Amino acid sequence: MSDEYLIGKEMNLVGKDFVPQDVQPKVMGTGKYAEDFKKEGMCYMKMLLCPMPSANVTNLDASEALAMPGVIGILTADDVPPTDEPGYPMLTMKPRQLGMPICAIAAETEAIACEALERINVTYEPQPFVLDPLESLYPGGPNALESGNVTGGGPDNAPIHTAKWDARVFAEAGEDRLPMGDAPVEWSVGDVDAAFEEAALVIDEPFVTASSSHAALEPRSTLAYWENGKCFIHGSSQSQSWMMPGLARMMQVSLDDIVYIAEYCGGGFGAKASPYPIQGMTAYMAQKINRPVMIRVTRAEEYHLGGTRPGFQGQVKLGFDANGKMTAADLYIVQSGGPNRGSGDYSSAAGALALVYTPTHMRFRGAAVVTNKPWHVSQRGPGQNQLATVVEPLMDRAAKELGIDRLAIRDLNSPEADVVFSNRNSTVTSMYLKEAYNLGAEKFNWEEKKALSGQRNGSKVIGIGVGSAYHSAGSNGFDGLISIRPDGKLYVHSGVGNLGTYSYAGTCRAAAEVLGVAWENTVVLRGDSRHGLPWTLAQFGSNSAFTNTRTNFVAAVKMREMLKSLAAQELGGEAGDYEVANEAVTNTSDASLTMSLADAATKAIELGGEWDGHEYPDNLNDVTKSAMQHVQGLGIVAAAKDELFKEGSAAGMAASFCMIELDTDTGKYEILEMNNIADCGTVLHPQGLQQQLRGGAVMGIGEAVLDRMIYDPQNGLCATVGLYQTKPPSILDIPSVIETDAVNQPDPQNPFGVKGIGEPAMGSAAAALLSAISDATGTYFNRTPVDPDMIINALAGRDQSFTPLQVNV
Amino acid sequence: MQKKFSSDRYDPQGTARDDVSRRHFIKGVVACGTVAGAAGLMTGCSGDGDGGSAPAGSAERLISINVNGMSRNVDVMPNETLSHTLRNKLGLTGTKLGCDRGSCGACTVMVDGTTVNSCSILTHTVRSANVVTVEGVGGANGELHPVQTAMIEELAPQCGYCTPGQVVSGVALLQRNPNPSREEVRQALAGNLCRCGAYNNYVSAIVKAAGSA
Repeated sequence: MSDEYLIGKEMNLVGKDFVPQDVQPKVMGTGKYAEDFKKEGMCYMKMLLCPMPSANVTNLDASEALAMPGVIGILTADDVPPTDEPGYPMLTMKPRQLGMPICAIAAETEAIACEALERINVTYEPQPFVLDPLESLYPGGPNALESGNVTGGGPDNAPIHTAKWDARVFAEAGEDRLPMGDAPVEWSVGDVDAAFEEAALVIDEPFVTASSSHAALEPRSTLAYWENGKCFIHGSSQSQSWMMPGLARMMQVSLDDIVYIAEYCGGGFGAKASPYPIQGMTAYMAQKINRPVMIRVTRAEEYHLGGTRPGFQGQVKLGFDANGKMTAADLYIVQSGGPNRGSGDYSSAAGALALVYTPTHMRFRGAAVVTNKPWHVSQRGPGQNQLATVVEPLMDRAAKELGIDRLAIRDLNSPEADVVFSNRNSTVTSMYLKEAYNLGAEKFNWEEKKALSGQRNGSKVIGIGVGSAYHSAGSNGFDGLISIRPDGKLYVHSGVGNLGTYSYAGTCRAAAEVLGVAWENTVVLRGDSRHGLPWTLAQFGSNSAFTNTRTNFVAAVKMREMLKSLAAQELGGEAGDYEVANEAVTNTSDASLTMSLADAATKAIELGGEWDGHEYPDNLNDVTKSAMQHVQGLGIVAAAKDELFKEGSAAGMAASFCMIELDTDTGKYEILEMNNIADCGTVLHPQGLQQQLRGGAVMGIGEAVLDRMIYDPQNGLCATVGLYQTKPPSILDIPSVIETDAVNQPDPQNPFGVKGIGEPAMGSAAAALLSAISDATGTYFNRTPVDPDMIINALAGRDQSFTPLQVNV
Repeated sequence: MQKKFSSDRYDPQGTARDDVSRRHFIKGVVACGTVAGAAGLMTGCSGDGDGGSAPAGSAERLISINVNGMSRNVDVMPNETLSHTLRNKLGLTGTKLGCDRGSCGACTVMVDGTTVNSCSILTHTVRSANVVTVEGVGGANGELHPVQTAMIEELAPQCGYCTPGQVVSGVALLQRNPNPSREEVRQALAGNLCRCGAYNNYVSAIVKAAGSA
């Protein structure tokens, strides 16, 4: 740990609340989201979407549509760069999903564009389709794509290949076990078979986690136009600088020719992390017809194109010794993706099992199968959160069967800071899960509450639950960029997106903290690439807090050294004779030798070169280098790459506790209490943390009991077109107050001790609620979401309406 | 016809809230004799874009509506939703569209003091009513409404997309119940989805604002 790190030192800004600049515009309705912009000459675009799960378009005649008054132009697959499977195409004549875009029409109004779409003459040649991964793995089963059915683990690392299992594998498995053919992806640690032989308790269960929509409240509307050869995109995205290289590639222009504006984003949860095809489609249309083009994406379209969490079918076998230590874990996951390269949920799930429960011996096998379902992409806690819902109820079952306290078995299996996990021998930067359990148990009053478990009041019964989740919550190697301008203010250039976590702002405080500049004199520049925004990771993976306090730290440290050198150069002495404090650079032995930050900025502009950003380190990313053209000459400019030490996963951990009262007559329940406790290192922004823990808990409740995509398996149709079908939690589905807290122990690999939390905060709550439902009902459902019908069936001893591995129900 | 819808729907006491229904909305559209293409319904397109050469049967007509205390003259189509008029013709983009189907509440506005989903009522039905949007809940000189101030203090918004709807629902609640309990606030916000899950903080803010509203 560098002695420049501020861990353990008094900090003025880190750990304190503040009002981020975008809160007031949000409550006033003046914050502008993509769809709120207008541009002179703007017209509207609508997409022709494939009406069946898989088809080849053999004829597309738009002549009648194009002849309509008010229709401006059409964009087809011929007008955009081709995409190879399993990439998701911008437009295609071989749509492999209901709702995949075939072409788009631009018109003076949306109504005309819609009318024009109806007048396009299309001939579809229906193709075989598949919605259930197991059906695709069955001998002779359909492949969702021409190029194959499985991504990951193919020969020569091919992006997609074909895998079929023997019919015998399916026959032997029957309906109650996952068929487990040769796994494309496999790893193991130790001797898992031997460990099961010696185990005192073995639990072996199939499971299903449903795919669910991200359902961000703002659909992915886009406005695009071209001016002076530059492509302007007003987008809805979680990320800012991360979008730049992808958009430049998509539009086949240089980074300098992309202007990306995304000051506000109405939610993303993983589905707006990176550039997506609609953005490119809109910009290509704008280029083709030479008009500003707006696409307002509808909710129904959002369900097709807006992202869906991959679902799992799996089998998990856990072995415990008599004390409750997990000695063996064998996990097999068949992941259901869309018609595109899947996310790594299944691998991340295995990593989470390895870390959170530290099994002595472990094997993981997995297959990521493509299907003709909507676009699938990482969602908050991709893999880790599904895993939490699978394993946590089984931890309860193990505890019950071994006669151990349910919290004690978790504590026994939880990792220490020196944990080494998975086949990669991964490590962590810090680990305080045990402390989170302890703090949560104290706040929730576990000992008293668990005595209430099973207590009945008429038809109602109390259930008590606990759960945890993990996400690797921090990254490194990105750039920081700050400037001090002749107005004497510190400008922090933030490439972080505005997902609503306020970490774009919280991390900017890191630079002000290092330089001792008051927050009132700090300006956060963000949301528009013309501000000159440095390269940073997408705002996903709970990483922003860790990653960007580091980038702003290195930039601020560099700024401090620059200011000292500049003062020495101008006022005499050595740089080491000066300090930066009270918004001035002052000689430590002669206070009369002092220079205000404003004067330093003016001087830097005079000097030019390395002082005002005209020269900069060559190790900066191309995005940062491109950003420098907007910054150079504006003041004293410090840009630096984060090359601070980092080794291991910056483990964000959360532990949740939950009490419900379940009505055994109806299967409905009320969540009486919920606590969500974070191990997120030093707390950066208390109110922001509380929000993430509460918001994560709400989304976790959705994952556990509400959210799912629905399909018509016979016709291959995605039947989900409205929020009332996927049921994101409403205010009445959640407790009136979700209590939150944090262990607040610093992570040594962050200069301020900070790491992230957004994702585990969801998985922990989902797991705790499932744990409480299992506690109240005595049933382990091995499936999410658990709905009241399932509870009623279980309590009545009836079979469920689906088989254990059936999906899309 | 306009009068009929108006009297059907708006009850200053808010007791007839169920009358503001999708059934009425569809009846309104049908009564206007035009639906701009079945594709619009299938894809959820409400028909954005100013004037221009609209399909037959959907000619615009100049009407006057009262929004945020001001009488505004605006050309509207017979099948035009209030959210469309507010956002695209009056520039009041604080009213958000999350679903355009009356299920998310992001487009919540007050019509004669009652909260309605502005995506699901037709502009021509509010000609004799007072419409208040998020832009109109504050003071005449730009002061924030106490509900807005409290939402800033409680850091209630996350992504902010549902926030204008939550603000309007909160303000409407305090107008009819100046001192609501947390449970009453929850009930009042039940039509406003927040995918970020910021519900607790919205409730806290409205309870906090109740004292000073």
